[in-house]
Amino acid sequence: MREQTTISDVPPFDEPVFDNRVAFAEELIDIAHRDERIVAVCNDSVGSSNLVKFRAEFPDRVINVGIAEQNMVGVGAGLAARGLIPFVCGASPFLTGRALEQIKADIAYSQHNVILCGMSPGMAYGELGPTHHSVEDLSWLRALPGLDIVVPADAEQTRLAVRQAASHPRPTFIRVGRFKVPDVTHGAAKLVRGRFSTVRDGDDVTVIATGTMVSRALQAADVLAAAGVSVRVLDAAYIAPLDIEAITAAAGATRGIVTAEEASVSGGLGAAVASVVAQLPAPARAPMRILGVNEFAPTGSTAYLLDHFGLNVDGIVTAVKELLTE
Amino acid sequence: MMIAAPDSLRDWQAERSEIAQLPTTAAGERLRARAQRTRRSIIRMIDQAGAGHIGGDLSATDILTSVFFGVMRVDPNEPTAPDRDCFILSKGHCAAALYSTLAAAGYVDERELDTFMAPGSALNGHPSRGKVAGVETSTGPLGHGLPVGVGTAIAAKLTGSDARTYVVTGDGEMQEGSNWEALMSAAQYHLDNLTLIVDRNRLQQGARTEETNGLDPLDTKLASFGWDVREVDGHDFGQLLTALTTPSDRPVAIIANTIKGKGVSFMEDRVEWHHKVPDAEQVRRALAELEPA
Ligand SMILES: Cc1ncc(C[n+]2csc(CCOP(=O)(O)OP(=O)(O)O)c2C)c(N)n1
Repeated sequence: MREQTTISDVPPFDEPVFDNRVAFAEELIDIAHRDERIVAVCNDSVGSSNLVKFRAEFPDRVINVGIAEQNMVGVGAGLAARGLIPFVCGASPFLTGRALEQIKADIAYSQHNVILCGMSPGMAYGELGPTHHSVEDLSWLRALPGLDIVVPADAEQTRLAVRQAASHPRPTFIRVGRFKVPDVTHGAAKLVRGRFSTVRDGDDVTVIATGTMVSRALQAADVLAAAGVSVRVLDAAYIAPLDIEAITAAAGATRGIVTAEEASVSGGLGAAVASVVAQLPAPARAPMRILGVNEFAPTGSTAYLLDHFGLNVDGIVTAVKELLTE
Repeated sequence: MMIAAPDSLRDWQAERSEIAQLPTTAAGERLRARAQRTRRSIIRMIDQAGAGHIGGDLSATDILTSVFFGVMRVDPNEPTAPDRDCFILSKGHCAAALYSTLAAAGYVDERELDTFMAPGSALNGHPSRGKVAGVETSTGPLGHGLPVGVGTAIAAKLTGSDARTYVVTGDGEMQEGSNWEALMSAAQYHLDNLTLIVDRNRLQQGARTEETNGLDPLDTKLASFGWDVREVDGHDFGQLLTALTTPSDRPVAIIANTIKGKGVSFMEDRVEWHHKVPDAEQVRRALAELEPA
């Protein structure tokens, strides 16, 4: 039986895949056992934020404010102001879109140590459409000083993101992917604040990918390797603070940079990288291709939409080849 | 892409003017039959798409049927006519109920319903303005419809139009603060041309409303915000029509007490049917239960 709204067609992978949301929930329960300051705040989203087990173990430590995102974020700020460590969880479009001013004033500007957890981001809600897609979140939040933005690429990195946010709480947004993705960090998951990690080295072109696109970038690198092209793949798990050093190094050491994100091309990772590259001295600049979402999506499943926007292996391969012929 | 269906249009207009002539009880019977057809169409759409929000679709069906077949002054041939009444489904997750009703009313080709949520379809999982005739504004994020409705009602006043605006919200949706801002504006601007219908099925996505962020006493809350409050059985067409047509010098809020999943015994008042998708056997049973008596 289909248990709930089926997002009918998630992107297929050849490798085994793992659930970020399960990793998120398990890790949160684990740290909540060790640290009683951990609380969860949600908006009628106990199920969709994967908090069912957390609630079973810590019934008093889930604050469900109902369908009221602005209130949810404000409440989170108040909890943090009194020394608790709130993980504020909601579907990413409503958490970031509806409560953007609360995130700005109550979290980033006030520097309350709230961990905002954007569930089911990007186009994970497929045919539920643009109102339910969260492709603007990276652009909106990047504009806020003092807010970390973390986009884990796999389940292991999701665990690290939760663990580090709890041990060093600061205003943070974590994008928690909905559909299962392959393990890209292979037991060596790294998550260093403000750093990209190199998941494959290469010297022709650099692909900087984030979240769900990292595994695709690795697949594209395989395809290109077979064609004799050596690709460096950087996992941009931290979008803010931004790894200016890695970007500068890539611009210098490879012939171009492709960025790939399940997010808007206006102001997301690609735009962030481009603003660094554009400000380098002319000889150190590199040509770029920015892959992402550039319009309100038509109706379609997640897999359909990722293909529609060229956010797939072919799209990355094509972009790399274009850069090499420039 | 705009879609309209000239075939069913003539029937709709005939049916509507017939219903308008009937005494309330007889009109109610006609509407009930019409609503059951819409419910069957909803089940088929969700079955086909493999997704949807079935519980809230079924609780709102009688409300949508009453509004479109009982009171709205609109012409599906001219879906953007300046003086048309305005309908906004603020609980946009119940798009299947809206599309089925729009198809019955001649805005949407019945055959188009088969494309619900299919790649490239105009019938997105949440209603999208500009893609479907009769959809006045895109909805999906909760708590948007009433403020927009306040805008269309003020616009009617400013332009000397006698158009009325009808907004349907969920009850869980009333937890959004934006609604309460809009409720105040409506009273402030004396919007006697605005009707809010709250689909009071007492369930939201994950639990009962009163166990989540309680709304009661909703009637006195709305009244204290300056609204003319009418509480009805949201599955009694006579009561719905009376509440929808009795004039007022204030904005009208109809609390329609409904049952989530109404019409399908095993879905009724069960939280999991918020967006669960029935399997083949459940679809068969649901359609059988929704056969005309
Ligand atoms: C701003 C916003 N937050 C959360 C959601 C997710 N959501 C979709 S439907 C729903 C429950 C709605 O409950 P209610 O308004 O009572 O509708 P009904 O029970 O009639 O389906 C939720 C929380 C949303 N669509 N928009």
